Amino acid sequence: MIPAEFKYLFPSTVDEAVRMLAEEGEDAKVIAGGQSLVPVLRMRLAAPTALIDIGGLTELTGVRDDGDSLLIGAMTTHYEVQRDHLIHDHALLLKLVTDTVADPQIRHRGTFGGSLCHADPAGDLLAPALALDAVMIIAGPSGRREVSASEFFVDYFTTALAPDEILLDVRVPKYTGWGAHYEKLNRVAQAWSIVAVAAAVRVSDGVIAAARVGLTNVGSGPVRAVEVESALVGLPATAESISAAAGRASTGDGYKDNLARVLTGRALTAAVG
Amino acid sequence: MHISVNVDGVTYADEVEPRLLLVHYLRERLSKTGTVVGCDTGNCGACTVHLDGHSVKSCQMLAVQANGHEVTTIEGLARDGKLHPVQEAFHSNHALQCGFCTPGMIMQAIDLLADESDPDDETVRKGLEGNLCRCTGYQNIVRAVQDAAQRMKPGAGPKQEQHSDEHVPSQQPVGGE
Ligand SMILES: Cc1cc2nc3c(=O)[nH]c(=O)nc-3n(C[C@H](O)[C@H](O)[C@H](O)COP(=O)(O)OP(=O)(O)OC[C@H]3O[C@@H](n4cnc5c(N)ncnc54)[C@H](O)[C@@H]3O)c2cc1C
Ligand code: FES
Ligand code: FES
Repeated sequence: MIPAEFKYLFPSTVDEAVRMLAEEGEDAKVIAGGQSLVPVLRMRLAAPTALIDIGGLTELTGVRDDGDSLLIGAMTTHYEVQRDHLIHDHALLLKLVTDTVADPQIRHRGTFGGSLCHADPAGDLLAPALALDAVMIIAGPSGRREVSASEFFVDYFTTALAPDEILLDVRVPKYTGWGAHYEKLNRVAQAWSIVAVAAAVRVSDGVIAAARVGLTNVGSGPVRAVEVESALVGLPATAESISAAAGRASTGDGYKDNLARVLTGRALTAAVG
Repeated sequence: MHISVNVDGVTYADEVEPRLLLVHYLRERLSKTGTVVGCDTGNCGACTVHLDGHSVKSCQMLAVQANGHEVTTIEGLARDGKLHPVQEAFHSNHALQCGFCTPGMIMQAIDLLADESDPDDETVRKGLEGNLCRCTGYQNIVRAVQDAAQRMKPGAGPKQEQHSDEHVPSQQPVGGE
């Protein structure tokens, strides 16, 4: 199908983009990689009056080293995340998750920030962002603000972003030397997660020193498996510890509970290495 | 909106509606019907082209987003009447039946071979994950891509299709009427 008519604007600075969003009103939308938005427009599930294309804001692209954390530009593509050496060294989980997103063509255009803003509960990047304590750096008419991932994801396809705000960067603390794994259950190539588990673990002298576990598609947004995380800390990095802790994953849904436990066990086993 | 796009080595200047999809621009304005549309959801990959040397689904992009960029379609691969090695490999390995998925398969295979010069079976299948074929069962497609890898030197992918300006001296920008 063909999208409904809209006005197209191509700002060259963040301030200009924020101003345009405010001027165009509530029915204006940001377009980043367009890999979620274009199908929505084609199927006429939404008909924004104006699209503000942030593809020209080069300052939103790429990953920067910011001391104890990384700053990932919202417009960094999945393809770039997969190949970035800072992400590989300090946030390996994000690379492993991104490897499973969609297909090569979509990964060339789709962006890290766009995935988070779209907030599809089956989207793969939400759970790792939550588990890794990511912080969203947002620009709006009254300036910049920061929102933690735990407050950013509000509901199905809903974030804490106001209609006139733009996600600029995502700050992710460094997890240097942590083991990581993403265990994704889907039935066919290119399909979305039925349930998936993102795990990062730091093992020191054979003992689990810290763990992060996030669950994809078990509710209206990503879920952090805090009971699993706390059960793991201090235990020897063995199959017994992992299976005991993984049994604490819960989703409030019988079928998904079982999946979450099995997949958490697999994810942790692979992350511990 | 006014756009200027280089497609298969020729720069086109055109006035387009913002809602025009890149694939429709290619097919309906430039008559490049080699690129086809197979779905509404971005799943099938039939519409795959290269944007600045990387594969993208042209149904998942607005034509205005290609403004100032370089697009290569299946129609831009042959050189002096000679098929691209991936096209040849698809031909000689019988990697198509109805042929609907073929333009997209070939464009994605070239992208894959630019990253992986000697891919194993699994790598080819992963690399073509975003392209669906309803006829062949994929076996001959995988074979063709591996055969093409042998026909091409490492890294030959997007480089081969880079059009330097001196290759297209006779063609003037068209469109924009
Ligand atoms: C066939 C197919 C398969 C897919 N499979 C998967 C999968 O397995 N796993 C997965 O996680 N994803 C999958 N995706 C989605 C893909 O990851 C998208 O790239 C991603 O969801 C959106 O990123 P984008 O840059 O394309 O955003 P867009 O489509 O441009 O935007 C999406 C939404 O976010 C808003 N937005 C984007 N960027 C910003 C910003 N910086 N500030 C404010 N608002 C913003 C837009 O207004 C829009 O509402 C798939 C998509 C397709 C088409
Ligand atoms: S037409 Fe199906 S992915 Fe573009
Ligand atoms: S040959 Fe018919 S769809 Fe692939």
